[in-house]
Amino acid sequence: MHPIQFVLVLFSLFATSRVIPRIRSRSIRPVEGLVWIGVWASVAAVAVVPAAAQWVANLAGVGRGADFVVYVTLAVLVYAAFRVRITIRGLERQITELVRALALERARHPHR
Amino acid sequence: MTQQQTQPGGRDERVGVVIPAFREAAVIGPVVRAVGRVYPFVIVVDDASPDATGDVALEAGAVVLRHLINRGQGAALRTGIEYALRAGATALVTFDADGQHRVEDIAPLLQALREGNDVALGSRFLEHAAAVPLGRRLVLRLAVVFTRLASGITVSDTHNGLRAFTAGAARVISIRQDRMAHASEILDEIARHRLRYREVPCRVEYTEYSRAKGQRSSAALRIALDFLLGKWER
Repeated sequence: MHPIQFVLVLFSLFATSRVIPRIRSRSIRPVEGLVWIGVWASVAAVAVVPAAAQWVANLAGVGRGADFVVYVTLAVLVYAAFRVRITIRGLERQITELVRALALERARHPHR
Repeated sequence: MTQQQTQPGGRDERVGVVIPAFREAAVIGPVVRAVGRVYPFVIVVDDASPDATGDVALEAGAVVLRHLINRGQGAALRTGIEYALRAGATALVTFDADGQHRVEDIAPLLQALREGNDVALGSRFLEHAAAVPLGRRLVLRLAVVFTRLASGITVSDTHNGLRAFTAGAARVISIRQDRMAHASEILDEIARHRLRYREVPCRVEYTEYSRAKGQRSSAALRIALDFLLGKWER
């Protein structure tokens, strides 16, 4: 095994160990937790059997396994950034609603 | 309430002038006093100013609502409008805090509401185009084209803070944009709800103070993108 394979497998195990307690404590939903475990299992699998990535790449019509991994990762990251932006906008809206409610409650009237 | 009581111009017309303000302690006092002499119900929304804007406005006779965190002019306008509606305003006017607007330009807006319009929009370009700095005028012309394409509404001045609404119009117009894209959003809402509107000439008085504080023309692209993203999210 090459050092990078070893590092990737170790990191996948570590990442999976961070996901499991969060499923147990219900910080994340079980389905979401399983998706993340699936992601890290895939990372470990490709690290141990790089030819697997090549096999999938061939299916998809991409020349090299590494290129296929990069394309998929890029698409996922762009989508994740989009989702984060939507979440932030939602939070901004909630903050505004809260600030507005407080402002209306604490209106100051001039002495006449 | 009877028809007469809920429409501007009726016996019980109550005009609420909403002034969103951020860091305007230097000028908000004279602005509130000038407006208050004619329209006593003035609501200043202090958008988390780090100076004494809120205190000065209160001293000058305005009802003051304070945002604890700065949320933007759009958010401040909506807060003020909600307050005014709850307090029974039959007509609402939005007015800038920096002294650029003239109190005498409010009456023609209210007259337009009495004539059956739901919204009256102040325009710098109907009579006094020469008073607008050239760079700003070019950007605003582009904004007119953009608004026509994006919202299907044609106005000569897309970003003028001087407007008047009937209470009914103010209730249906939903301002979700917190920052400067709210101006485009208001026009979009007018088109979406098929509200009757009219543009009314107004004069904007540019001072060194207001020019230093005003929006840079380079912010126009950001405002357009914010508006389009918000429209898509609806």
